[in-house]
This record gives sequence, C-alpha cells and structure tokens, in this order.
Amino acid sequence: MDLLRFITAGSVDDGKSTLIGRLLYDSKNILIDQLEALEKSTKNRTDGSVDLALLTDGLRAEREQGITIDVAYRYFTTPKRKFIIADAPGHVQYTRNMITGASHANLIIILIDARQGVVEQTRRHSIIASLLRIPHVVVAINKMDLVDYSQDVYNNILIEYSKVAKQLELKNVSYIPISALNGDNIVEKSDLMGWYEGEPLLEFLEKVSVRSDVNLTDSRFQVQLVIRPQTEQLHDYRGYAGKIISGIYRKGDKVTVLPQQINSTISKLETGGLEVDEVFAPQPAIIHLADDIDISRGDTIVKSDNLPLINNELEVLLCWMDEKPLQPGNKYLLQHNSRLVKSSIKKIEYKLDVNSLQKQSAEGGVKLNEVVKVIIKTASPLVYDSYPKLNANGSAVLIDETSNNTVAAVLFQ
Amino acid sequence: MSSYQLNYLEQLETESIHIFREVAAQFERPALLFSGGKDSITLVHLARKAFSPGAIPFPLVHIDTGHNFPEALQFRDWLAKEVRAELVVRKVEDTILERKLTEPKGKFPSRNWLQTYTLLDTIEEFKFDCCIGGARRDEEKARAKERIFSVRDEFGQWDPKLQRPELWSIYNGRIHKGENVRVFPISNWTELDIWNYIRNEKIDLPSIYFAHERDVIEHEGQLVALSQHVQPAEDDVILKKSVRYRTVGDMTCTAAVESNAATLDEVINEIISTRISERGETRIDDKVTEAAMEDRKKNGYF
Repeated sequence: MDLLRFITAGSVDDGKSTLIGRLLYDSKNILIDQLEALEKSTKNRTDGSVDLALLTDGLRAEREQGITIDVAYRYFTTPKRKFIIADAPGHVQYTRNMITGASHANLIIILIDARQGVVEQTRRHSIIASLLRIPHVVVAINKMDLVDYSQDVYNNILIEYSKVAKQLELKNVSYIPISALNGDNIVEKSDLMGWYEGEPLLEFLEKVSVRSDVNLTDSRFQVQLVIRPQTEQLHDYRGYAGKIISGIYRKGDKVTVLPQQINSTISKLETGGLEVDEVFAPQPAIIHLADDIDISRGDTIVKSDNLPLINNELEVLLCWMDEKPLQPGNKYLLQHNSRLVKSSIKKIEYKLDVNSLQKQSAEGGVKLNEVVKVIIKTASPLVYDSYPKLNANGSAVLIDETSNNTVAAVLFQ
Repeated sequence: MSSYQLNYLEQLETESIHIFREVAAQFERPALLFSGGKDSITLVHLARKAFSPGAIPFPLVHIDTGHNFPEALQFRDWLAKEVRAELVVRKVEDTILERKLTEPKGKFPSRNWLQTYTLLDTIEEFKFDCCIGGARRDEEKARAKERIFSVRDEFGQWDPKLQRPELWSIYNGRIHKGENVRVFPISNWTELDIWNYIRNEKIDLPSIYFAHERDVIEHEGQLVALSQHVQPAEDDVILKKSVRYRTVGDMTCTAAVESNAATLDEVINEIISTRISERGETRIDDKVTEAAMEDRKKNGYF
C-alpha cells in the first residue's frame, strides 16, 4: 500500500468542500461521533440532509466569519491507498495557499462547475499546477446533476479544457464527470451517466501510478547534520545524515562534495540504524566517505558523473507570500532544503499574470500572491537543479531576516 | 528493496526522521514532550532511528499532572533508561502550590488546562527553544490546520492566522528570543498508521493498551476507572469489566474501552472496525465545547 498526496482546487461555489466531504463520507472515513457533531450543526437545515461541506470546516474563528483560513490537511484510507488531501480555500490568498498545498502534491483535482465551463479561476489553478509541475491533473466536471447529466456538456468542457492543458503543457490530464452532492461517479460508477466509460473518481485516485514521480536518475543528497557520537565505542564515527533527495546511492560510488568540489568514495551507508548496500530517494540515510573531508550542514554529495548546477547568481520564479511587499534593496535568507544563505534580488525581470500567463512590467513592486521572474544573488554558491528538471532540488524559500517569516516560494529556472 | 519504492508507513517514517534531524540541526535547546502514550512512544522510536548510532540529542520532558496511570509512569522510566535519554519530570502539583492555582473540582477533576502553566514554566526554566510533540492532524479540527513547525509567542500562544507557509520539505525554524517552536513530526500520521507502525516495528507499549480487568463506573456512556483520583458517588454502580485504553491521558479524563483484545493484532482489528473517533471515544474533556482544542492551543497548550 502506498501514499497519494493531492490537492483540490476550485472557485468558491464549485463544490470543493462537498467533494472532499463526499470522499471522506463514501470511503467510510467519517466516524459516528464526527457525524453526530455534523448533524447537530446542520439541524437547522430545512431539507434535513447533512451538509458534507461542514466536514472540512475548521476553526470557530472561521465558522464565525464564514471564511477558511489557510491550508487544512485531511486523511483517508481505502484498502488500496492512504490519501492526504491538502484542502486550500478559494478566497483572497488563494495563490499562496494553493502553492503551499501544491508543493506537497502528486496530483491536483481541478473542479469545474458543469454550468459554467472553464472560467478565469480554472485557468489560474491550471497555471499554478503547471508552474509547480504537479505530475497528474484530474479535471472533475462537477454538478452534472444540474445539466441533466448531459454528455454534450461534458464533451464541450473537455474540448475547451484540453486547449488550456495544451497551452500549459500539462501532462497526464484526465476528465471525470461527477456530482459531489449526489455521489455520482465518486465511489461507484453512476447509472445516470452510462455514456462515461472511465473510472469513478475514487477508483482513479486508487490506481493512478505515482512511482515515476520520484526521480531515481540524478543522485542528490544534502547533509542535514553530522552525526558524531564521540562515545568510547564510536570514537571515530563520523556520518553525514540527510535525506536522499533523488536518485540511488551505493557503497563504493565515486562521489563529489559540493560546493567544495572534493572527490571521494562512499565507504558505508546506513538507513534506519542498519548498514545497507544501497539507499534511494526519498529514504533517510547516513553516508560515510573514505576520505576525511570538512563537511557540514547544507553541503551536497552527488555522484561524480552527474553534477548539478552551481551558481551564485541565478534566475528564479518567486511567488510572494507575505503581506509586506518585496523590499528590493533588502537582504533575504534563502533556505534551499537545509542550506541557508544570504541573498538579495538583483533584478526583477517581469511579473507573471497568473490568470493569463502574460508577462507584465514589474513596476509598482511585488505584493502578496504575485509571481515574478527575478535574478537573485547569493552570498555563497548554491548547488541546485532547475525546478522543471528536479523539483526536490530546485525549490527554496525566502525568509525575512527581521520578522523570520517565510515570505516567498522560490523555483530555480 | 529492489523495487525502489517505499510503502506508506516507510514514507511517513521518512518524513518524520527528516523533521527530527531538522530540529536537532536548527535549535539549540530542543526537548521532546513525552506523555507516556503511544504517540510519544512512537516519537521516541523515530528519534532513535533518526540519530542512531548516536543517542537522542535532547531530553524527554514529562509534564506530570499527578493523575497519570502508574503503568504509564513505570513505562516512562523504563523507556528513558532503555534509550539512554535524559528524563526531565515537572509536576503540575508543584505549580499549583507555587502559583496558588485553583484546582478544578467535580467528579472528574481534569488538570489538563493547568498543565499549560507547568509546561510554560519548564520551557522557561530550561530555555527550551523547541518542543517536539506527538499531535496528529487527524485527531481534531484545530490540529488539521497547524503547521509541522508551529511558532508560538512568548506566552506559548498559537495564532492560526499568522502561520508561516510550509513548502516542500523545507522547515523554517527561525525565531526571536523568547519565542518557541512546537514541532509535530507525526502530523501526517493517523491513529491507524501509528498502530500499524507499532506492530511492524515491534514497539513496546504500556500494559494498559491491552485488555485487563478493572473496576469502572459508567459516565454518560463512557467507562471511567476507579482510582485514588476518581471516587464513586453513592448512586454509582461499580462494574468489573475487561477493558483497554485507546489513548493514555489522565486517569480523570480518559475513558476505557470495553474489550478482550490482548494482542496488537486484536487491538488493531478492533480499531479498524470501530466507528467512533479516538478523541470521541476516550476523552472526557473534549466535549465541553466544540472548540475546546482551539481554545487550549491559543493559550499555549501542546
């Protein structure tokens, strides 16, 4: 049994909460006392039905104000898979929340209201899916009950969206007509849409292959901390602990330590407290090298025949996430996995309109939820890959040194 | 191994170990908040794996309400020795005396709320800049929204509206002096994931997680064990039942589950077939208001 992380995207009335509620409810992941609490809070409804959307409701502060703060995580399990849903609300700070949720996702469900078809929000969500290279896209055409389960409506939306998908170079796009409210094509195939030949949504989510989402070709490992117990028995023990970001490492591999540019050989590998012959992404590991080299947190160990990029001036896409706009002259800390370096924005090239993908002038500054292409300069060289090539080694965050807040997502180009 | 694929428990373990190592590298004085329950026992196991062959590089801190199950306390002392970790115990009892706090009254007097005082005092005493906790997002609504690295102000307060974005597996633990980060390495685990992991890894648990006989009374449909902290009222009927605990909290606010499950497999089978949530079935204190946890977190609770 494996794990699938996905995010749901939809505009305010597309039925996103109802869909998540339906998945939890129909896969029998809602328990009696949670249902009772739900029934209690919906007892004023005239039709007597349970409002599934309330299952994803969070804090009292939100209920009082009728808003959703931020990203919430939901869990459900079927006999085939464990699922983690990042539930990002469709309100003002949507870009920030969606990028946060999408950064953990193997798959995105884009909800389209069958009555509306592809709207501006759909385009925006798809652009973010494409910027973040989410490997799988499911277009869930919802509220089919309100268009008489019409195949024509479904086909027209499919044709319309495939143009968007083509323009954005989205890969692995699938289309499923559903009614989250009535449960059509969620767990069971709907009798009312006999013309639909594909799988219901849950079955699709259970089957979609996420194996190839992990890069096992380009070996990257960054040191999180150096383990030196310095006890009597382990007097000379010195291991580099970290996570295999991508690829496979084997005992005896010729490796290069970066940015020092020093070559060595893997003399010993450990994972979970056991010595092993090989480790692969995303396993945690401890690497030992044959030579005594000065290595510390944030340094990278790669195979010598497959090197990443090393630069201290690089082109990146920035998604700004702070209320305080980007201050062009300021220094920001850049955190690339476990590596922390000082940086500054050297030049803002353009702003990207997330509704149209048009490049715009960046005059007027960079504010919350805006995406910009910039040139960033770092105090010491970064060891990285481009985000499109290798997400896990191509992403970073910017931190405001004075507030300590995470203020931007960084995608290396 | 040759398939280069991790199953879901291995993926969760991988994430948790990565978080533990980030904590050890980013903070000067971290501590692991140890309750004696299965979640914090799992945390200790994960920490051991993260730093092996080295020792766990931070102390286990237990905020002892004085209402704990004796079996859980014995287990705590045994485990700390077993993993060679430093154990710090601070008692709510002492805080009550020192700060002249008012003890809650009633039949099931919960010191749950008072724990926060002792916790904040302990953080202050040892200058802990990070406290690792075993909270899971599936437990409760407020927890579903909390970050893995959750920054608290100098009063320990959580502000759900001012959380840092948490992207990819990059954790920003930078804080100002006086602030503190709560880190939850098993955020993405569910109750069943924990049980399955305990079974796979053969992790030892206190005996009260398995069926045993106890004198209990019934309170609003829940079974509460009699002890020095819970005395029967005149009209209470004392029953002898075979029970186990699904969570281990205070004797005054944790309900028992009627059960004959004596092995891990039997316990897991019961949990799979149960239709009531963990908190709903076993916590007497969460029913007070719908937003009980949200309120406690905002006030510096774990």
